[in-house]
Amino acid sequence: MTEFPKIFRIPLADWIDVAMDWVLTAWGGFFDTVGDAILKFLLQLERFFLWVPWFVVVIFIGILAWRLMGRWWHGIAMAGMLVLIGTFGYWDLAMMTLALVTGAVILSLVFGIPMGIAMARSNLLESIVKPILDAMQTMPSFVYLIPALMLFGLGKVPALFSTIIYSMPPVIRLTNVGIREVSKSVVEAAEAFGANSWQILFNVQLPLAQPSIMVGINQTTMMALAMVVVASMIGARGLGMEVLLAINRIEVGRGFEAGLCIVILAIIIDRITHALASRQKK
Amino acid sequence: MPDDSGDTPEPCLEVRNVWKVFGEKTDSVMDSDLKNASKEEILEKSGCVLALRNISFKVTPGEFFVLMGLSGSGKSTLVRCLIRLIEPTAGEILIKGEDVCRLEKKRLRRLRRTVTGMVFQQFGLFPHYTVLDNVAYGLKIRGIKKEDRYEAALKAIETVGLKGWEDSLPGALSGGMQQRVGIARSLAINPEILLMDEPFSGLDPLIRREMQDELVALQDQLQKTIIFVTHDLHEALKLGSRIAIMRNGEIIQVDAPEDVISSPADDYVQDFVQDASPAKVLRAGTIMETPVLLLYEWQGPKVAKTLLSKSDQERAFVITKDHRLKGLATHEILEALIADGAKDLRNRLIEDVPRCTPEMTVEELFPLATSSPYPIAVLDEKGKFLGDIRNRTIINSMIQDTGK
Ligand SMILES: Nc1ncnc2c1ncn2[C@@H]1O[C@H](COP(=O)(O)OP(=O)(O)O)[C@@H](O)[C@H]1O
Ligand SMILES: [Mg+2]
Repeated sequence: MTEFPKIFRIPLADWIDVAMDWVLTAWGGFFDTVGDAILKFLLQLERFFLWVPWFVVVIFIGILAWRLMGRWWHGIAMAGMLVLIGTFGYWDLAMMTLALVTGAVILSLVFGIPMGIAMARSNLLESIVKPILDAMQTMPSFVYLIPALMLFGLGKVPALFSTIIYSMPPVIRLTNVGIREVSKSVVEAAEAFGANSWQILFNVQLPLAQPSIMVGINQTTMMALAMVVVASMIGARGLGMEVLLAINRIEVGRGFEAGLCIVILAIIIDRITHALASRQKK
Repeated sequence: MPDDSGDTPEPCLEVRNVWKVFGEKTDSVMDSDLKNASKEEILEKSGCVLALRNISFKVTPGEFFVLMGLSGSGKSTLVRCLIRLIEPTAGEILIKGEDVCRLEKKRLRRLRRTVTGMVFQQFGLFPHYTVLDNVAYGLKIRGIKKEDRYEAALKAIETVGLKGWEDSLPGALSGGMQQRVGIARSLAINPEILLMDEPFSGLDPLIRREMQDELVALQDQLQKTIIFVTHDLHEALKLGSRIAIMRNGEIIQVDAPEDVISSPADDYVQDFVQDASPAKVLRAGTIMETPVLLLYEWQGPKVAKTLLSKSDQERAFVITKDHRLKGLATHEILEALIADGAKDLRNRLIEDVPRCTPEMTVEELFPLATSSPYPIAVLDEKGKFLGDIRNRTIINSMIQDTGK
């Protein structure tokens, strides 16, 4: 009586499983090649981050923070926090994490910004994409971790894939909003002088949407960093995996150290991208 | 302005039966009798907003054509339709003989880049570009080299009196200055037709007056065709060589300013006109009189003296063979000339007479009239004597018009 009638049951789960099977058999080769390409890209990035001497990174971040945030002691503070990571013995792992985050952010921007632009230009596309973005952000990440695993196998690639899914929405959203909020009268003026849609995009819309897009980039970066622990569950080496191992072995101190390193990275990345965003606004 | 030859010159802009309906089901309005119904009825029955109804007019090169109407009467929609910033629903728009509505995108952009320039009420400046880059934008779009476009832009900036502000951002300028940038931006592409949608409405009255005067001077110098939108009758009367009055998406009168005042097409225009002071509208050419007596410079002083006495006048204007003003003669002057033994009226005349052109408004005549005891001589651009205006004439004209 009070139970939901069985006749109305939609076997969505079965359908998706079938679809997944089909994708795996029919498109397996395709995903292998894509996966290989992504892996190569990631390995290059990681190699680069590990190749750069630690003091170069520290000095570079210090100067960058100083220039962007405007106070010399900001630079010192950021550099000092980086040194702290090294003193915990997590330098290499932190660089691996950074490489993964960087890769995820780059790909998120490469796909996200054009998507945001397209969305701003078409109300239909906006109404289609918006709910998808909501789903990407609210769907528990484990749900798509599994299909990512099935498609790409264990390792960095599925980690990157799920990180992108989680972190791409903000930059899409804020690119869209930023462009839509550009004053209509300014766009109309460009149009009245005979600008074509590319000229309007590059001369007017993107420059004026830049502050908003920068905020999107900042948020995307932070969310990518937030995914590293989850991503490490499917085999991406880095600080996240260190946290996981520590939890499994109930090593509170070690877990805390690794966790603190993630927090430090988050603070540094946030402050720097934030300063970049507000600098554009002026 | 009418041509010397007498027949009307080729229009450079012609609007034929243009309609604009905003909404989804515009066909249901255009293809039925509903299109002749009132705006309210159309909105109720179809959900569409009728913004322009069967608009037709012609503008000839060099004309200062004003579109005037209350807010919501469709002025902005109409100027935007001219270059299809808003797509007209029906009708033809001919610019230099070419139907704008049929142009494909590329040709349309070329028209916007080379033939027309637009100035907006909200300025529409690019906040991230300097004044120089703003003004040069139309040329940048055309793909013109940086040095060349900066050169043209600098010239335009100088024309509007903003020299020295090239490197400022628009946000740092006052409203009046921003609109100067807007005007310079449209001048930089050297367009034949200037579209101005309430360019001065956002400015405070003093600045507005100043900008109007400058626009008049600019027009004298550049002789562009200007389509100027305003909701301010005074502005329309001051600037326009012809005024089209709009109401509810229709043009209900197209006339020269004086005809708009003297014979308003209906109550609507009448209401509009009522608060216009005649001093701002009446022009010297309308109220001037032909003098009772004119003297010629080759006449002898004795003849002149007799004529003056016979016609019961205190003084008379003396003119040359080609009708230029020589000066003013009085009884005393003529007597002095007789005493000199002079043969003609070429000396001793009062030359410091107030002068005006037939285009000047009565308001502008006031200072002339009060600064001098003599009547004002009305002369055309070539200095030809047309008539005179006495203080009494000015006052009478004011009383008559307000009495109406
Ligand atoms: N994009 C639009 N959608 C629907 N109605 C519009 C739109 N733009 C203007 N209108 C309507 O068209 C009419 C004319 O507007 P507009 O041309 O802006 O008048 P004006 O410039 O004379 O104040 C008004 O009734 C206005 O509400
Ligand atoms: Mg308007």
